[in-house]
Parts: sequence; structure tokens; C-alpha cells
Amino acid sequence: MSTEELQAWLRRFAELVHEHKDELTALDSAIGDADHGANLDRGMTAVLAALEEAPPADAAALLKKTGATLVSKVGGASGPLYGTLFLRMAGADTFPAALRAGYEGVLARGKAEPGDKTMVDALGPACDALDAGRSVAEAAQAAAEGRDATVPLVARKGRASYLGERSAGHADPGATSTALLLQAAAETLS
Amino acid sequence: MKKLINDPADVVADALRGMALAHPELRVDHENRVVFRGEGPRQGKVGLVSGGGSGHEPMHGGFVGRGMLDAACAGEVFTSPVPDQMVAATQGVDGGAGVLHIVKNYTGDVMNFEMAAELVAAESGAEVVTVVVDDDVAVTDSLYTAGRRGVGTTVLLEKIVGAAAEEGRPLAEVADLARRVDDAGRSMGMALTSCTVPAAGKPTFDLPEDQMEIGIGIHGEPGRRRVPLAPAREVAEMLVEPILSDLAFTGGEGVICFVNGLGATPLLELYVLHAEVAALLDKAGVGIARSLVGPYMTSLDMAGATVTLLRCDDELLRLWDAPVVTPGLRWGA
Repeated sequence: MSTEELQAWLRRFAELVHEHKDELTALDSAIGDADHGANLDRGMTAVLAALEEAPPADAAALLKKTGATLVSKVGGASGPLYGTLFLRMAGADTFPAALRAGYEGVLARGKAEPGDKTMVDALGPACDALDAGRSVAEAAQAAAEGRDATVPLVARKGRASYLGERSAGHADPGATSTALLLQAAAETLS
Repeated sequence: MKKLINDPADVVADALRGMALAHPELRVDHENRVVFRGEGPRQGKVGLVSGGGSGHEPMHGGFVGRGMLDAACAGEVFTSPVPDQMVAATQGVDGGAGVLHIVKNYTGDVMNFEMAAELVAAESGAEVVTVVVDDDVAVTDSLYTAGRRGVGTTVLLEKIVGAAAEEGRPLAEVADLARRVDDAGRSMGMALTSCTVPAAGKPTFDLPEDQMEIGIGIHGEPGRRRVPLAPAREVAEMLVEPILSDLAFTGGEGVICFVNGLGATPLLELYVLHAEVAALLDKAGVGIARSLVGPYMTSLDMAGATVTLLRCDDELLRLWDAPVVTPGLRWGA
């Protein structure tokens, strides 16, 4: 993972979040509290500004800065979860190992399990694909499929869980933004 | 969307500026978005810190002052504050006797307060104990969900625990009392309309003229079910029945009955609801020891109400009656 590649990845993710801001917010209106698009957009804008202001020396510093900025700027559930994802990625040498470490951090912070209708349902399949030696593009595909698979699920974590059965029939906003994160990776990481 | 704002992105910062000007007895840290008591921490007194997304005013910033909170962190609208804010609040209220974090049970709030407590501990700062409020009977409590939401009991808890902290009681005792209040309180809410989050610009959900949502949350989360609009008498039943079947409220010294407006429902209608709730409680043999009626925990411009019952003993009532001087609650001073 070169610093340049990671920077391109984060820039592309920020773009995708911005383009899909209203869609993420609409999904969150259906089963949550209508803030996911705006919050993540705000967070990624802050990340790009922070990286611009003080360019990190290496990949680990860049990931740490990204995670810390998201924790400091986003709030809600997505701040600690995305923040922890990037903070934990900082220790690894390869993208598959980094994403796996980040995934484990998300599981520990959010206490969600696969099938709870959360970002875990997109991130887990992507990690599995990478660990099986598949390409980043294939991992992005696995994340998108994981996102689609959240549609019929009844949420068991986060605000959507308060809806019970009524949370079924909508894609999870967190899984949707995570699929964007992997899409950005497929477009920018080799 | 019609809103009396400048820019949706500036709502929280602009409101905090107004709050600081209206309440010179408070100190507002605009950078960290924390409302503090003006006089600073009192040595030997446990500091009480709460916070949450904005849009619930007067909760929590309006409950900062003598007899209640020492600091409140304001997040974006309906979004938990971030750990940095909670760390600043904790450090700012530390009078050497430790700090209690009062957290409403929402995934984001719990995670951010947890990260803040870890940061304070890492800096070997104040001793922090966290109490999570989860009183909403609309949510099924099980191992497989995020658990019950924190709603109306939070207001009563901040008042009662605030009085105990003011008496100089130690952190462990103050935290135990907070848990006892949470265990004894139950809430249920309903909405006549959705609310409109400024950044979203349109109502969070559609609710036809002839329908209402039962089991609503305070963030525009739709409720558990949608039913035809009904008179206040029947609405009171839909709110009180699930509360009474969740916890025994008879005996003891009666209850504090809190009928809360969600932002757009006039006090006139809240009193109509309160009368119906009181009649149902009378029929059920539950005595009302104290009442609180008004918009104390709002959900922006949502029309609707929540009912909270808190089972009381002599101690809780005495602490409830103790003086309080905050923008939102004020008596006995």
C-alpha cells in the first residue's frame, strides 16, 4: 500500500460519498435518522482537508490521521465505526491484512455480528474475498452483494433495530457506504 | 421546508451563540460545543456530564446549572457528539471527585462516550463512571437488539441525580442512584407528524392526515406501528398500558408523571393528554406524587408526545423537590 494509492482511494471515496449523499440519507430516512449521507460527507471533507494541511509521512500515518479525523468530526455511530476501521488498518502491511484488522476493530467497537443489517455485512464478505486471494474488484463485488443482501434483513443493531420487522425491505445505509468504500478501492488500488 | 435558520450547516453553532447570550450564567465553549456552568467545577463535587444530538432542546444544554448537570455536549442535529467534546466536558467539570457520564442508549452515543472514557483514562484523568439510560418500552429489550432507547427518564434522572451530586455524595453513590432511577422509569411516545431535519430539508417520514405513529423515538425514527388517528383518551391508553404492563407502579410513594411535548404540540394539548393519563393511572391504582408537563425533550418540530412514569420513594421525591436553577427547569431557588 503506497501513500499515494491510499490517498487516491480516500479521495475517490470522498467523491463517491458526496455523489451518493442524498441516496445514503434517503436510505437512512427509511430506517434510521436521516443523517448518514450528510455526516459521512462532512467527515470525508474534513479528512481531505486534514491530509492536505499536513501531508502524512507514510501509509500508517495517513490511515491514523484519517481515522482520528473521522472520530473527531463525524459523531453518531459512523464516526467511531469508520474511525476505528481506519485506525486499526494502520498497523498492517498489505491491503487485505489492513482491511481484516479494520473489520475486527469494527466488530469490537460496534458489537454487531454478520446478519445484523449493518456495515459488517458488506465489509465481512469483502475481507473474505481478499483473504481468499481474489482481486480488490472482486472484493468490491462481494461488498455490493453483501449490501444487497441486507435488504430483506431485520435490523438488530443501531437505530434501525427499533423498527423491528419494519426495517426489512431497505438496504442498510452503513452497508451501502461500505460498498462505496470498496468500489473506491477497486478503482484506485492495484 | 420552512425553518427559522440561516444555513442548515450552521444551526447548532448559531443556536449555541444565542444560548450563550440568553444565559450569561452559563459558559459556552463554542469550539468544542460544550455548555458549562459559569462558575466552574466545585471541589469535591461529582461532575455530571451528558450530551447527545441537538434537536431535543432544552435537553441537554438547557439542564446545565445548579442542581442538575455540570456540562452538556451538543452534537449535530440527531447525531451523537464526538469523543473530543466529551473529553473537554469531562476535564472541565472535574472537581476531584470523579465524573458521571449520563448517556442515552443509542448506538452512536454509547460508542462515542465509550471512546471518550477510554481517552480520559489513557490520560489518567478524572475517574469516569457511565450510566446508560434505557427506558423506552416501545423497543423490545433483548440480547439481539441495540436495547431500549433512552428517552423521558433521562430528564428526570438528570434532575434527581443532579440534586444528589449537589449534596456532595461520592461518585459510586451518585452512579448507583442513577441506575436506580433508570430501573424505575418507563416511557412510551407517539407522533402526529414527522419532524424535518434541517440538513435533510424534508420530513423524515410521511404520515397521512388521518394516521399517527405509536412507539415513536425522538430522532424521527418511525414507530412500531401506524394506527388511525384517535382521541386523546385513546392515545393515553396506547401509551400508558404498555408502561404499566412492563413494570409494577403501585405501592411506594407514587410516581412522577412526565407528559412531554415533542416540539410542535401545544401545551394546551399536553394538558389534555395529562388529564387522560392521570385518569388511567387513578383507575389502575397508581398515585401521582409529582407531575411535569411540557416540552422538555423535543424532536425538532415533531408533533406528538411521550409519557414517562417514574416509580418513586421518599428519597427520590426529596431529590426531585430540591432546588434547581437551569434554563430548562427552575424551582425552589
